[in-house]
Amino acid sequence: MTDASDLRRRTQELLAAHPPATTDRKAFLEARFDAGLAWVHFPEGLGGLGLPRTLQSVVEAELAAAGAPDNDPRRIGIGLGMAAPTILQYGTEEQKHRFLRPLWLGEEVWCQLFSEPGAGSDLAALGTRAVKDGDDWVVNGQKVWTSSAHIARWAILIARTDPDVPKHRGITYFVCDMTDPGVEVRPLRQITGEAEFNEVFISDVRIPDDRRLGEVGDGWRVAQTTLNNERVAIGGTPVPREGGMIGKVAATWRDRPELRTHDLHQRLLDLWVEAEAARLAGARLRQQLVAGQPGPEGAGMKLGFARLNQRISGLEVELLGEEGLLYEDWTMVRPEQVDFTGRDAGYRYLRSKGNSIEGGTSEILLNIVAERVLGLPAEPRTDKDVAWKDLAR
Amino acid sequence: MTAPATTPATTPDLLYSQEEEDLRAAVRDLLADRCDAASVLARAESGEPHDRTLWKSLAEDMGLAGLLVPEERGGQGAGHREAAVVLEELGRAVAPVPYLTSAVVATEALLACTGEEAGRLLTGLASGRTVGVLAVSLTTAPGDTPRTARVEDGALHGEFTGVADARAADVLLVPGEDGALYAVDATAAGVAVTPRVSLDLTRPVDTVTLDAAPARRVADDASGPVGRALLAGAGLLASEQLGVAEQALTGTVGYLKERKQFNRQVGGFQALKHRLARIWLDVVNLRAAARSAADALATGSRDADVAVAVAQTYASRVAVHATEEAVQLHGGIGMTWEHPAHLYLKRAKADSLACGTPGRHKERLAELVDLRGPSA
Repeated sequence: MTDASDLRRRTQELLAAHPPATTDRKAFLEARFDAGLAWVHFPEGLGGLGLPRTLQSVVEAELAAAGAPDNDPRRIGIGLGMAAPTILQYGTEEQKHRFLRPLWLGEEVWCQLFSEPGAGSDLAALGTRAVKDGDDWVVNGQKVWTSSAHIARWAILIARTDPDVPKHRGITYFVCDMTDPGVEVRPLRQITGEAEFNEVFISDVRIPDDRRLGEVGDGWRVAQTTLNNERVAIGGTPVPREGGMIGKVAATWRDRPELRTHDLHQRLLDLWVEAEAARLAGARLRQQLVAGQPGPEGAGMKLGFARLNQRISGLEVELLGEEGLLYEDWTMVRPEQVDFTGRDAGYRYLRSKGNSIEGGTSEILLNIVAERVLGLPAEPRTDKDVAWKDLAR
Repeated sequence: MTAPATTPATTPDLLYSQEEEDLRAAVRDLLADRCDAASVLARAESGEPHDRTLWKSLAEDMGLAGLLVPEERGGQGAGHREAAVVLEELGRAVAPVPYLTSAVVATEALLACTGEEAGRLLTGLASGRTVGVLAVSLTTAPGDTPRTARVEDGALHGEFTGVADARAADVLLVPGEDGALYAVDATAAGVAVTPRVSLDLTRPVDTVTLDAAPARRVADDASGPVGRALLAGAGLLASEQLGVAEQALTGTVGYLKERKQFNRQVGGFQALKHRLARIWLDVVNLRAAARSAADALATGSRDADVAVAVAQTYASRVAVHATEEAVQLHGGIGMTWEHPAHLYLKRAKADSLACGTPGRHKERLAELVDLRGPSA
């Protein structure tokens, strides 16, 4: 544990040199990044120290105890969780030094231009085209379900560069400048009334070839890094008992005895038990990672989380009785960050419907568990050896 | 919010240590060799449902009956985490041995007793040479007050129904109406053990009738020993249920990879893949809940009551569901006597009643975590 004590010492030195109480937030975050304490598993010079990812918790604990400011990770979740690990793995030295620091500091927000109206679960069928023109690529297409597009400076983008080969092989991965005049971001209103997501129209956007990540035609493999990190991020931090959705309904239950019925009581207790079991499974997964014995258990965490959130928030609306008929506000707003357990019960009920769709639908994830964990036969594939341009659509 | 609704101060260790994995491997090897499905099925309808030879190997030769007993009291000085691993494996094989009843429940009761008689009995149970059974219904939950025997001139009278493994017992531990706990030799005059035809063929229940049965007092106050025994039994039963559920899943996945209909492996149909994947997710969560209960018992955590109630409520649902799905997904052969799927279904269903139903554990939980019902 010399690494841990050394990290503790480095963190204390940072705090001593830049006391949070008297240091400007931005200056503190810059000093933290430059001390290698931003993400310790990143290399030196890029905000890290080349240490195991699990040691990050040591830094976070010291900083939290000292009341240090953070980089508002929920606002920049796509950058931290998806863009950064991909840039680290596939970026050139120049790209890493250009993008990672402002990304971590929150100076530049990132979004993800992956899903399309015609390519959801079948993401590899995407049709946004990128055509080489001199040293640039000219991109045209439409993306959808894009959180943070309205505040983003940059996007990670996958586009089709070769329509004549099977779908997985003709994709290339780019960094797209969201301030380009050919990028149009329109709010996409959801069932909650909010426009948390956007649709993005891309018309003749020129992307210089030096903003390509990875090789031409290798974009599907690069995107796997992005998507695997998206799923790692879930279940990353310890959750206290009654953390999350179940805590909301438990608090209402305790505060409002007049709402209680026998039927709701039984269902609440069932869900409380399931939420606690799921919480323990998350804790066990973290213990496995710390012990260096990663198992396949992570594959299912999001599935359980989605289902629980939906059932608990459904119960909460019912528990509220007549109040459950009301909704806080349908006004279309464009929030900068998402809180699944925020706002009122009606919002939580509606927002949680997205939990089984975003980041891989539950149906696709069940296929993944069945095939990769249980070793059951894969779904029949009719598209493997067909050129993208010849696929049914 | 009352204290138990909050997260326990120390995080339970939810993993298996290397020693625990080694123990698992040794038990699994023995069971693979000596407790295959065909022999369990054949024994189930014989006059002697318990496998005494297997019990001798597990309990005496491997020393597993004494895992919960300190070395200075004649045991192995291990603990609940290790006993839980043994129960996972016994559940996986639906092994017909009185491990839960003797090596966990009766042993825990005696561990809470002092005095020479209790010590002598404990040493016998820990060695595996004596089988002890607490004469309470298998359905008794932690916190329940079990039925007691009438005490007359130092002898016991009464009838106890639903007692698991009583026919395998050498000694019965019986709560008396005077509040004391007594030991009664199963072969003594005035003791009758009447086998009942049981839903679970591999852990049958009996009626114990005492008619002036000679008894030795092992504790003046039975409430401590019985409470401790029921809590440990409920908590570790979750690990047995984990083993039952896991084997139901593994067996079904294996079968659906081999079985072909419509010129395809049946396991390739998405409707079935998704059902199996959901069971796997349940088993992942159950493993965490069962380890949490075992660890809380092992460390004497303040959170043990909550951890056990959570594990029991969850385990019963998952094990019953997994074994019901196993019967359905095997199709016609799953309904036959010759296929072992029914042994798992019957064990899982009986286990869901054992040590308190999920409903009973939820009632306890409602108190423990301050989520009380409408009238309370």
